[in-house]
Amino acid sequence: MSNEIEPVIRVEGLSAGYGDEVILDDISFEVYPGEVFVIAGGSGCGKTTLLKNMIGLLEPDAGRILIDGDDIVGASGRSRHSILRKIGVMFQTGALFGSMTLLENVRLELDEFTDLPRDAANLIAAMKLDLVGLGGYGDYMPAELSGGMQKRAAIARAMVLDPQILFLDEPSAGLDPVTSAGLDGLIRRLAESLAITFVVVSHELASIYAVADRVIMLEKELKKIVAVGPPDQLRDSTDNAWVRRFFHRQAE
Amino acid sequence: MVTLGYAGRLDSANVGALWRQTADILKHARPSRVIVLCEEIEYCDGSGAGLLFYLRLKGLKQGFAVEFKGLRPEPAEMLDRFDADRFAEYGKEKRHIHPAEEIGHFAWQLFVDVQEQLAFIGELHVAMVRCLVRRRQLRWKEVFITAERAGANAVGIVSLIGFLFGLIMAFSFAMPMRQFGVDIYVADLVAVGLVRVLGPFITAIILAGRSGSAYAAELGTMKINDEIDALTTMSLDPVRFLVAPKVLATIFITPLLTVVANVFGLIGCGVVMLSLGFPLVTYTNHVESAIDSGDVAVGLFKAVVFGGLVAGVGCLRGLQTKTGPSAVGISTTRAVVSAIVLIVLAEGVFAVLFHYMGI
Ligand SMILES: Nc1ncnc2c1ncn2[C@@H]1O[C@H](COP(=O)(O)OP(=O)(O)O)[C@@H](O)[C@H]1O
Ligand SMILES: [Mg+2]
Repeated sequence: MSNEIEPVIRVEGLSAGYGDEVILDDISFEVYPGEVFVIAGGSGCGKTTLLKNMIGLLEPDAGRILIDGDDIVGASGRSRHSILRKIGVMFQTGALFGSMTLLENVRLELDEFTDLPRDAANLIAAMKLDLVGLGGYGDYMPAELSGGMQKRAAIARAMVLDPQILFLDEPSAGLDPVTSAGLDGLIRRLAESLAITFVVVSHELASIYAVADRVIMLEKELKKIVAVGPPDQLRDSTDNAWVRRFFHRQAE
Repeated sequence: MVTLGYAGRLDSANVGALWRQTADILKHARPSRVIVLCEEIEYCDGSGAGLLFYLRLKGLKQGFAVEFKGLRPEPAEMLDRFDADRFAEYGKEKRHIHPAEEIGHFAWQLFVDVQEQLAFIGELHVAMVRCLVRRRQLRWKEVFITAERAGANAVGIVSLIGFLFGLIMAFSFAMPMRQFGVDIYVADLVAVGLVRVLGPFITAIILAGRSGSAYAAELGTMKINDEIDALTTMSLDPVRFLVAPKVLATIFITPLLTVVANVFGLIGCGVVMLSLGFPLVTYTNHVESAIDSGDVAVGLFKAVVFGGLVAGVGCLRGLQTKTGPSAVGISTTRAVVSAIVLIVLAEGVFAVLFHYMGI
């Protein structure tokens, strides 16, 4: 990732929290096109908070968040819509609509934002499900699927309009190591074959090694980024005690 | 042979129109071979790949060869990732359900439902008898909480509705009866109607809307969160643990609420009678002579039964909750509807029964 490439996401001086409670204090980083960028850190350090700020669900206290050059902070109406069309999001719990089949879940944005005929939308949605390994499950209801399958379906739904950037919140949380490794493989495959930029929230070491091009580590007490870089580099050459413990799985 | 050519951006914004044209052309042409000129495609996203893949599937199904000319490697690679065999089901019409089949299905559902209700009534009785024999088995705290929520907290609405009902009934009867000079008998009419039929009835309807629905929602949410299964695996019977306290408490409070409804209904009626110019004593004398203790007992007995029905069916609908976000809503709706139907049915049965018993 040389610096000549324009970053696809640029976060500048972001401070965020809930009410008076500060969770993130003046953090800045960049994400480059085509990389799998992992936001890591312990439980409750503000990973989800950071993600929700980046996708415009929360308004930060200060700072700018440029998605493909446009600031999502304070964007509204048309400009907000055009930014949101560039991104897809998979929430921590999947957040599939329980009253719709998988195919209807995936097809929703095609129906709302394009003029595709019905059978076209069906085929395109079925192809997305096939891409995440759920071909043939289109008629299932979310409740009829395992947790891992729901998350994969949520990824299919997030990428139905071919966004530039996919945000995934804890794709491997609550899954067994085999399923979780399968999901990590899927993320790598999609990143490499479709040239999508991934921003992945994760707190699992194995999954960070498996998917990440670069990692930032958030720390709860400082409310700052304490390390940036490829995972191997963070493991071998960090001077931050917390990062060292994280990568060597030591208790405090 | 048909030659198609695509140019420019094949993305989700443009593919819709192209798709319609393509489908149109193929429908009329019935070709043996289709050549697709792709040199001028500038950009092709997932939707564009969908269109190309659609051509390939169509070709396989209708037996024509499809040739993509000048397709750049990236979209070609994307296209090859999809295995046409896995999409064999695509485009098949959903099976149409015959009306006869639907009627049969409905009848079967009804049968199953009645069966489940009977089984539930049995289970409930066993659980309640067990609770009454061995008092420690009943969760008394739960009984009191339910009695407070469904009973004490409902006194306000029950008295208001009772009062208004008495008022409205008395007023509606008074006008026509005055023409015959018998408007003093409005007091008898309303008193008997209220104590025997309407008091328990409106109390039960209010209970169904207020508490039956709440029981269904509570148990339904527990069902969805696997809490019912958790109880079962702890070898705790959900009927004994959750349903029995609710049903017992409801059976206990319904007659009390009925008394409240009756009293306020009579007050409402009294207001009308006073405003018609009758002295209070005349009114109370008429009420006293119109109803005897048998009428009161009939009303309270009905109230007990209604209470059991409302609470029982509310809990049953809650336990029958399926999965999904709308499931709890469906359960509460079913709880209220079933409760009202059962109340009216029971009312009918009682009318016939008491007639033959001469009460
Ligand atoms: N809606 C909220 N209101 C107030 N505080 C919140 C809210 N959501 C999260 N928090 C707090 O913010 C901190 C970070 O939460 P979160 O971003 O969810 O952590 P992570 O995803 O890293 O586990 C936690 O201390 C949490 O208690
Ligand atoms: Mg989180």
